[in-house]
Amino acid sequence: MVQQQDKDPEESKGKPSGEDLRTRVIPGLAARRMGTGLSGVPPTPAPAEPVVPSLEGAKQEVHAHPKPASGRLAEGTVLQGRYRILSVLGAGGMSTVYKAQDLRFPKVQRFCAVKEMLNTATDPRVRSLMMQNFEREASILATLSHPAIPQVYDYFTEGDRAYLVTELISGKDLEALLNETDGFFPETQVVQWAIQICDVLTYLHTRKPQPIVFRDMKPSNLMLDDQGRIRLVDFGIAKVFQSGERGTMIGTEGYSPPEQYRGIAEPRGDIYALGATLHHLLTKQDPRLEPPFTFHKRPIHQSNPAVSAELQEIIGRALEYDIQKRFGSAEEMKRALLSLKSARGLTATAYMPTPEGILPDALKVIWQFACEDEVRSSPCIHEGILYIGAYDNNLYALDAETGKFLWKYAAEGGIASSPAVGDGRVFFGSADGSLYALNAETGRLMWTYPTKGRIYSSPRIQFGHVFIGSDDRHLYAINTITGRMAWSVETEGAVRSTPATGPDAIYFGDEEGVLHAIGVNGRLIWRFRARRAITSSPAISRDLLYIGSQDWYIYALDLRAGWVVWRYRTDGSVVSSPAVAGDTVFIGSADGYVYALDATNGYLAWRYRTGGQVTSSPAVYQGAVYVGSVDGYIYSLDAQTGQLRWRFQTGGPVVSSPRVENDIVYVGSLDHNVYALPI
Amino acid sequence: MRLGWATDVGRQRSHNEDTVLVIELEQAGYHGALLTALLVLADGMGGHLAGEVASTLAARAAARHILHTYLTPLPLHERSASEPSLKELLMEAFQRANELVIERVPGGGTTLLCALILGNRAYIANVGDSRAYLVSSTGCSQITRDHSIVDIMVELGQMTVEERAHHPQRNILYRAVGQKGPLEVDTFFCHIPAEGALLLCSDGLWEMVSEEEIAHVVSTSSSLQEACDVLVEKANQAGGKDNISIIIAAPPEIPETGLNSLEG
Repeated sequence: MVQQQDKDPEESKGKPSGEDLRTRVIPGLAARRMGTGLSGVPPTPAPAEPVVPSLEGAKQEVHAHPKPASGRLAEGTVLQGRYRILSVLGAGGMSTVYKAQDLRFPKVQRFCAVKEMLNTATDPRVRSLMMQNFEREASILATLSHPAIPQVYDYFTEGDRAYLVTELISGKDLEALLNETDGFFPETQVVQWAIQICDVLTYLHTRKPQPIVFRDMKPSNLMLDDQGRIRLVDFGIAKVFQSGERGTMIGTEGYSPPEQYRGIAEPRGDIYALGATLHHLLTKQDPRLEPPFTFHKRPIHQSNPAVSAELQEIIGRALEYDIQKRFGSAEEMKRALLSLKSARGLTATAYMPTPEGILPDALKVIWQFACEDEVRSSPCIHEGILYIGAYDNNLYALDAETGKFLWKYAAEGGIASSPAVGDGRVFFGSADGSLYALNAETGRLMWTYPTKGRIYSSPRIQFGHVFIGSDDRHLYAINTITGRMAWSVETEGAVRSTPATGPDAIYFGDEEGVLHAIGVNGRLIWRFRARRAITSSPAISRDLLYIGSQDWYIYALDLRAGWVVWRYRTDGSVVSSPAVAGDTVFIGSADGYVYALDATNGYLAWRYRTGGQVTSSPAVYQGAVYVGSVDGYIYSLDAQTGQLRWRFQTGGPVVSSPRVENDIVYVGSLDHNVYALPI
Repeated sequence: MRLGWATDVGRQRSHNEDTVLVIELEQAGYHGALLTALLVLADGMGGHLAGEVASTLAARAAARHILHTYLTPLPLHERSASEPSLKELLMEAFQRANELVIERVPGGGTTLLCALILGNRAYIANVGDSRAYLVSSTGCSQITRDHSIVDIMVELGQMTVEERAHHPQRNILYRAVGQKGPLEVDTFFCHIPAEGALLLCSDGLWEMVSEEEIAHVVSTSSSLQEACDVLVEKANQAGGKDNISIIIAAPPEIPETGLNSLEG
């Protein structure tokens, strides 16, 4: 507790200068590097036997001073000839709370709580200053009268100890309750508590002549009494006895507002701490175990989807870093809470993650072209011509701008393979088993290369060669001009993955789950074995290779050594191929989601749920991600946030992967059409 | 791999609570060569020898885990999904270190910074306020983030960089090895450019010597070892308020896999 004083900031602290900035030591760690860089504070010797309380039981504050209050009072001890000690209720590093009987009421059993604090200061002037502060703060507490604040009966000092005698509250504190409760507290319950807390804060903050700042709002300081009312306990009076700074140590902010680091203690700091407390109560995530001030990074609905968006908004405002952006007063916050449905005992609405984007009919198709069968192949655009294969056996060449038909070439089987252009030729594989090379302009056949299996893999052109896999369990390297094979590599399974090329190697997966890294000479560099098929095609960016597998994982591998750098598990087969843009990898999964993962450590940035499996591979263009889904839609998502920009419904599942060129999105659908859409 | 390292008690402490551990491992065979190095730096805290015990135990536990489960038993070119990822490996190594410190050094703690280098790639894990930098002649770029409260304040725009440097509580960490509860570990990946070097150091260096000066020393020294020695000297000249530890590594100049031409 601190009483705010406008006139004399020096005196308002009234203690060693670091007092207001106190942090709590994480249990198990003592202070380190005594005296580091702290001017004017003498180094304090480290204790020989530091106390190691567990955080779980850390109902009391654990202070930088690890020495326990030596010599607890024995049962039966009588203080001031009046308070008989009965038992210990709790103990922290600096203080002990006893249950005692008030002997002044001999006819009845009147119990009280006696908080004992040890003054460990050795300098007599500091000692005396601390005792004065204690008496001043205790006398302020004694003037308070509010149903949620335990009444102060008495205070006194004995030697190096100070005592505060208060009403004994029987009940349970919210931290203990939180730990004992399976699942989450209902929103209505938490809102009722929050309203009561706002009431008592309003009382404290409107005291005259100065507002009183509680400064220590947290679940363990909130008791739920036997009548189910919230009581504010442990006004941080023990802080009076905390000694000065002790060099580098481990601390956590927990519930405290950031401005405490600038030495500011004011009413809106209590509002922040209340926000932090509510966040903890609703999410069950202990902020003392999280990096400081990271509530906004851990949205409540992520751990507890039952919490209403409105309540989250209120808590978010209480937790603003900037004091001015918080509620101006506890009264204002209470009014906001009272406006909630959950405050009126109604069922809380479920959190709605994202509003729907632009409706399909708002999006105008630039052109569409009907093939004679399903389009599973993904388009390739080169010099104004769009090439795409269809299950009607044809490779189509269309004018990319207008969709006008230019020519088609009929293979002897369906074309699921996506065409690629290089050296003036367009290459594609067919279910008839052959790799075709056509003149890219005219569609005239230049050569074919027959394999012994169907071709679902797509060609990759590099080093003057076409690299393509076949269901005959081989990867082929074929000269683009002559159509002659340079080499082939035998694999364990069919190769449907499209090879990726690095500076001096080729990377591809097979249906037995092996990812191969082959030198341009055809020699194995490394192999990585996933648990299921690798149909996905690798993407390479900055020394890392990204790939999906039907074992449900997305992997990032060290490009040169094949070591898995990180992996991320989805809830379905990953047939979709990754797209890397900036520091983010985008990929789909059969679980229906489009994922955005941090490229260097695999942390989830966002995911977006579509209505069907996502086997299409995302394309990234100007801050937006484009991807198809088996639900028949083509989605455009904001690459940063995963918010829906628009979606467009086709007449069939979209397994084809979009290409974006000149602000136009091109994609095929199983409804037989190729679409050109505005970005 | 070119390497240099140094650790020094500084001018104001009675003993050195830092630990530096460097392991270089080269493997070569039919499928090519792999140069790996494991660099570990730990800065202990806690009185009565707790600091040095914590930093030594943590560094050794992390290194042992990485060596035994990953670097030595596996064939060079065969990898599989049954192995942990490097991120998981580093995180597990840190958990081992954490468990050991909690068990053996109650009241002690340590920062822990670990870099596993594969050729010219570095996989880094960090807890605390020791730092990893990429150093080149043009300057230093910090890879890691300090787990200090002042750092978060700067990130939130609640404090300036200048205020941070002088804040009386700039040494308070919110995360360190030896802390109960789940230990969160930051992991990073970086490419070490051909002309650059990876530098790991304890706060005894970065609080005393500016990043500009660090970059200047590294790029003008005749060897990485000389750079380490000069940096220790400079930190001491500036007051040597804390223990000073430095490891510098630069990638090998030869590529790992020599490949023939396609038709050959």
